[in-house]
Amino acid sequence: MQFDVAGRSVYAYTGSRPFVPARPTMLFVHGAANDHGVFALQSRYFAWHGMNAVALDLPGHGRSEGDALRSVEAIAEWLRDVLDALAVEGVNLVGHSMGSLAVLECAARHPQRVARLALLGASAPMPVSDDLLAAARRNDHLAYELINGWSFAPPSQLGANQWPGVWMLGNAIRLMERARDGVLATDLDACNRYANGVAAAAAVQCPALVIAGARDIMAPPRNTKALIAALRDARVVTLPDTGHALMAERPGEVLDALRSFLTAVE
Amino acid sequence: MTKPKTHGFDTLSLHAGARPDPATGARATPIYQTTSFVFDDSDQAAALFNMERAGHVYSRLSNPTCAVLEERIAALEGGVGAIATASGQAALHLAIVTLMSAGSHVVASRSLYGGSHNLLDYTLPRFGIETTFVDPRDLDAWQRAIRPNTRLLFGETLGNPGLEVLDVPRVAALAHAHGLPLLVDSTFTTPWLMRPFDHDADLVVHSATKFLSGHGTVIGGLLVDSGRFDWNARNAREKFPTLTEPYAGFHDMVFAEESSTAAFLLRARREGVRDFGACMAPMTAFHILQGIETLPLRMARHVENARAIVRFLREHPFVARIGHPELPGHPDHDLATRLLPRGAGAVFSFDLNGTREQGKRFIESLKLFSHLANVGDAKSLVIHPASTTHFRMSDEDLRHAGITEGTIRLSVGLEDPADLIDDLSRALYAASKT
Repeated sequence: MQFDVAGRSVYAYTGSRPFVPARPTMLFVHGAANDHGVFALQSRYFAWHGMNAVALDLPGHGRSEGDALRSVEAIAEWLRDVLDALAVEGVNLVGHSMGSLAVLECAARHPQRVARLALLGASAPMPVSDDLLAAARRNDHLAYELINGWSFAPPSQLGANQWPGVWMLGNAIRLMERARDGVLATDLDACNRYANGVAAAAAVQCPALVIAGARDIMAPPRNTKALIAALRDARVVTLPDTGHALMAERPGEVLDALRSFLTAVE
Repeated sequence: MTKPKTHGFDTLSLHAGARPDPATGARATPIYQTTSFVFDDSDQAAALFNMERAGHVYSRLSNPTCAVLEERIAALEGGVGAIATASGQAALHLAIVTLMSAGSHVVASRSLYGGSHNLLDYTLPRFGIETTFVDPRDLDAWQRAIRPNTRLLFGETLGNPGLEVLDVPRVAALAHAHGLPLLVDSTFTTPWLMRPFDHDADLVVHSATKFLSGHGTVIGGLLVDSGRFDWNARNAREKFPTLTEPYAGFHDMVFAEESSTAAFLLRARREGVRDFGACMAPMTAFHILQGIETLPLRMARHVENARAIVRFLREHPFVARIGHPELPGHPDHDLATRLLPRGAGAVFSFDLNGTREQGKRFIESLKLFSHLANVGDAKSLVIHPASTTHFRMSDEDLRHAGITEGTIRLSVGLEDPADLIDDLSRALYAASKT
């Protein structure tokens, strides 16, 4: 669906279902230079099981207008604007990578608006390598190749996708290639500069779920642990032999973790 | 500077899409010879049917053995995914019907495999889809043929049998300027010789029957999506309602919203394979996977042997003409040097300095070359296109396709090149004395 947030048109995938204000809402927030499609094998399920699934394209990404937002804090405030635009209270926030930082910050800033929080491929801080940042700033294709190479755990580098017939590495890099010039650099800068993660985690009041890939090198495990330690009510699911691209690498397991989380904290 | 962590072509040829079987540890990809897959529970069943979860339901839609092959070819081509089909013809049909309906139009190279020509020229018009055929070397002709209802440009990386080299980057640029995708048949080249997506093609079809399987044992096709074409772009979205508008046949799914990159594949599988049903058998996928494991080794040898035979034939007095892009006199020699740096394949045609009867005598005198209607076998093959693969074409179409009564097509296999040359030498002698 297309709707307006602060005068800009925003796209959100809703699983081919109408948005119904009376239903509980799952809001999905993607990572750097991605779009709503990274949650295809998680969001659609909820849309067909009594909820609104709202998988956003962040500003400047996918089909949403505007420029990419320059900080995690700005994305968090924009998410509050989205909640206002949709008139949603008690939302379930799901974020991946940069999106995980944004939903974390949003939940910390606006605790009354958030019922549950799910952080996928999250860490605080989330440092970005100098070489990657430099390549992204040059709009060099190398940046996409580096991210792809680091995001998939070694077994996933050779595929064997649960989604039949889709070569997950090719699909991931092709999605990033669609990002406009400068978007990846802006997103990575936002991740790299975000310093409030642990404090934000400590301010979160709702139950949280952390889904981590055991072989994630984009969100270093020690930084994920710091985040988990700061959350007052956290469940943790660690997926073996999985990297940072966990929704693609383990789509069924990620969906099951989200479903269990919703059920456990009804 | 940090380097990206990626696997090379040869490694992907052996491993892409596969892992040791989780149930048994089998290292070779198992043949999942089953129609259907047991559901965990009712909720999982419904979720699989509705694409809420990934997985297999019924082997017409997807099968684990076929899925390994689909990932492998997508990895080798640099695409986002693929669909394995019953034949190369089924792959071409699937591509076309996924993109268009009655009232649509295709612009195609006129140097096509006879079966593709049949489909486009005779069969699809019966379903309201017309094709204009153009000289693949004439970019103006491609442009002139595009109409408001055109939905696809289509050519072969190497034309059959004349080996016209398709200028993929320029034809792709023309297609994209009109909001259209370029579909390329890469059967003769395989990704080892050319990756059309690297030259901006959008979709690739293969007859996997040929070099990919490589041993003349199975019929199969592959349709690969680059994931790069933007179906929702301003100059494209009105043209492709199958991808950009709700599909009542699948709960009003809008495929281009479901995935920015794999919309075409989703529709092709969820409608085309589901309803037309031209799926690949898992046993066939297994054979093609076995073939692809040695694709780099075989293609190198195919090309090397073909070069040896071209060198022999070009010196032979009973040979009037050889159509091979690696020869400096071929009209596409420069283009082949750019687009096909590893070689221009192992299928080529030549004309005898003789009559149709002498051509017949030549073919019948060959001992190692098998006279049959196929290419890309490990064994060397020969055929007379005018009377077999292209016999339904008019004289004018044959002329345009570079085929004469005396044209002989060879598919050079992996035998000792000296033995192949000896075979050809004896047959040429026998024909010349007829």
